[in-house]
This record gives sequence, C-alpha cells and structure tokens, in this order.
Amino acid sequence: MCDTCGCNITPGNREFAYKPVNGTTAVAVLKSLLARNDDQAIHNRQHFDRQRLLTINLMSSPGSGKTALLEATIDALRNEYRIGVIEGDLETENDAKRIRAKGVPAHQITTGSACHLDAHMVHEALHQFPLAELDILFIENVGNLVCPASFDLGQHRNVVLLSVTEGDDKPAKYPVMFRAADLLLLSKSDLLPLLDDFSPARAEANLRNLASTVPVMQLAARKALGLQPWLDWLRSELAWQRARVDRGETVQPRLQADGAQLHEAAR
Amino acid sequence: MHELSLCQSLIDQVQQLALTHGAQSVGLVTLKIGPLSGVEPALMQHAYPFASAGTLAAESTLVIELAPLQVRCESCGAETEAEPSRLVCAACGGCHTQLVSGDEMLLMSVELITAEGSNHV
Ligand SMILES: Nc1nc2c(ncn2[C@@H]2O[C@H](COP(=O)(O)OP(=O)(O)OP(=O)(O)O)[C@@H](O)[C@H]2O)c(=O)[nH]1
Ligand SMILES: [Mg+2]
Ligand SMILES: [Zn+2]
Ligand SMILES: [Zn+2]
Ligand SMILES: [Zn+2]
Ligand SMILES: [Zn+2]
Repeated sequence: MCDTCGCNITPGNREFAYKPVNGTTAVAVLKSLLARNDDQAIHNRQHFDRQRLLTINLMSSPGSGKTALLEATIDALRNEYRIGVIEGDLETENDAKRIRAKGVPAHQITTGSACHLDAHMVHEALHQFPLAELDILFIENVGNLVCPASFDLGQHRNVVLLSVTEGDDKPAKYPVMFRAADLLLLSKSDLLPLLDDFSPARAEANLRNLASTVPVMQLAARKALGLQPWLDWLRSELAWQRARVDRGETVQPRLQADGAQLHEAAR
Repeated sequence: MHELSLCQSLIDQVQQLALTHGAQSVGLVTLKIGPLSGVEPALMQHAYPFASAGTLAAESTLVIELAPLQVRCESCGAETEAEPSRLVCAACGGCHTQLVSGDEMLLMSVELITAEGSNHV
C-alpha cells in the first residue's frame, strides 16, 4: 500500500534513520504490514512488463468456475494469443493438468496450508516459466474470498468470479475482496433459470454499494455462453498493456492505484 | 487474515529497527488498522505476545489505533462515515465515492528504549 506510493518516506522518519537513541525515543515508521510482499510484487510486475505480457489474477470462492473459465478462454483464443497459467491450490496438480490438457503451459503452486498466493510464491514460479513466449498470463488464486485480496502478486488486473449458486449478497459480505475487482464475472449463468433467489441486478447493486464502477458480465464457461464481452475485455486490456509498456509505464489493479493516488493527494 | 504471520513480520520490522538504532528494548508499538484492511485487531492483539516472545520486543506493548471508515463523494464533495458493505455518501446517497481512510494496515511508530548514558556503537 504505502510502500508503492512513497508516502512512507516523511521528513519525520528520514531524520531518525541510523541515529542511535538515548533513553526512550519514538520512531515514526509508516510502513505497511505487507511491505515485504508489496516490494516483491513490484519486482514481479517488472518481469511481466519486460515481456510485454498482461497478467490477470483470478479470484473467487472454491468451485466458482475459475479453471472452467480458463479452459473456455484457451479454446476461444487459441489462434489469437499465447496463454500461460499459474495455478494456486492447497493440494493436487489437478487444475494444472486440466490446463496442460489444452496444450498450454501451466505451473502448479501447491501452497500446503496457505489459503492464498503471495508475491514470493509467484516469483519462484516465474523463474521456471516460459514468460517470453506468452501474451497473457493468468494466475488462478486459491479458492477463497478472504485473504487473496490482500496480497498483491504483481498482476495488472484482478478478475473476481461470483457463481450464481453462491448468492447475490456476497459483495456485501466480502467487501475487501469485491472492492479489489477490476471486473466482476457472474459465472454459471446457465443455472439462473433454476435458481429463484439470485438476482444479477441485486449482485450488481451490492457491488455498486462498495463504490465500485467496474464492469459486470454474466457468462457460463461450461456452455460457452456469454463469452464474447469477456474475450473483448481481455483483448482491450492486452492492447492497453502493450501501449503502456511501450510508453514505459505500468499499471496496478484499480484499488491499489486509487489508494496510491489518494495518499499522494493527502501529502 | 493470518494475524500471527502478520505479527511475525511486524516483529521482524520492529527488531530490525531496534538493532539499527542500538536500542535494548522496545516500549510501545503503534499500528493503524482500518476496517477494510482485512486485519482483525483483536486477533493481532492475541497473536502479538507469541510473535514477540524472545525478541527485543518481548516486553513491548502493542497499541492499535482504529482508522475510521471515511469516503469522499465525487458528486457532492462531502466527506462522510461509511460502513464496510456500504461505501456510499451519507450526505447525498451517491455511490461514486473514494475511500479517504479505512483500508490501512500500517506500522505507525515504534518506541525504542536505550539505557541513559550507555555507549552507542
Ligand atoms: N453449470 C455450470 N457449471 C459450471 C460452469 N463452470 C464451472 N462449472 C462447474 O463448477 C465446478 C467447479 O468448476 P471449476 O472450474 O473447477 O472451479 P474452480 O473455481 O476452478 O475451483 P477451485 O480451483 O477448486 O477453487 C465443476 O463441476 C464445473 O463443471 C458453468 O458455466 N456452468
Ligand atoms: Mg480451479
Ligand atoms: Zn501511501
Ligand atoms: Zn490466506
Ligand atoms: Zn526476479
Ligand atoms: Zn454525496
């Protein structure tokens, strides 16, 4: 958070640096508790930008259809882009195997007991991955609506899936996660006719209550329904990413960038 | 969210600071935590003694300042209090707002203690 915007370097803490103290002295620090992760994430983003690739972090509860979305996306974009996937799961290589079956490079991170990916785990995976041969890298985070939102991995965009069987109140119940989304996908939309209590409009209203203005799309990856807007979103994000890299700029997910700007303004 | 491991990395930062300044121990360690940070203050307090045991911060006290949840409205300009699941403007009801405060998890300051008159390296 604050290590990326530079507001942690204040006249207050600069003057204390490397000065021995006498008696009791309070030293101002102003550092995020996740400073180490955030530094690593900046480094990861440099790896991605150097290769001109777009990196997307996919987050949702377990079983919302992240891997199914990736399978459908690979099928649809096979002749257009070179795609790679980093999979995060507590256990098993299942998801990476599903992706490799599509003929696409996949690296499985098994986190053991950690219920989220962090920037260090992703960095380790990067150095065993053919980044130079890719246009889009997807990182499928561990299925979990809580902590993955707090760990910047170096991605350019966050995509959050909410499957229609989970209930339309989830944005209100997990504001930290849904606020982090640059795009919300209402997945498994083919099941909507079977459910009498999921209202896409209510799900969107709950997201708007979090002051989020990001696009909301419905799709059913398993039935290849409603994929076009999602594929177009990816195409334009990749075009923007390449244009940015050519200008020597980079981008963080909306939320972190917003926060950094606010801190800048507050100085 | 992982309050014990957050406490451990907090203690790493504090310990490093104490060593850098040649301090012998640590007094108050002050954090600022917002309701949208994902960090649970009570769990931090609970985990802190376990993380600090055996370090220069073993005798220290963790102080957690709660950051208010506040938004600034892009439509009417008001700055108002909000709820985690409703970040709308309390003045006009608009939902185009920006968070002014509430997502921070910051180490604000550390009180370092060195015996008066002792030699510093
Ligand atoms: N009806 C329907 N089922 C789907 C759709 N997409 C995924 N599913 C089913 O949902 C289940 C979970 O899908 P996955 O793609 O494995 O979900 P995931 O989010 O990758 O799961 P984790 O990685 O374990 O968190 C599977 O049984 C899928 O067949 C869809 O569009 N429609
Ligand atoms: Mg999966
Ligand atoms: Zn800042
Ligand atoms: Zn976790
Ligand atoms: Zn590296
Ligand atoms: Zn207003």
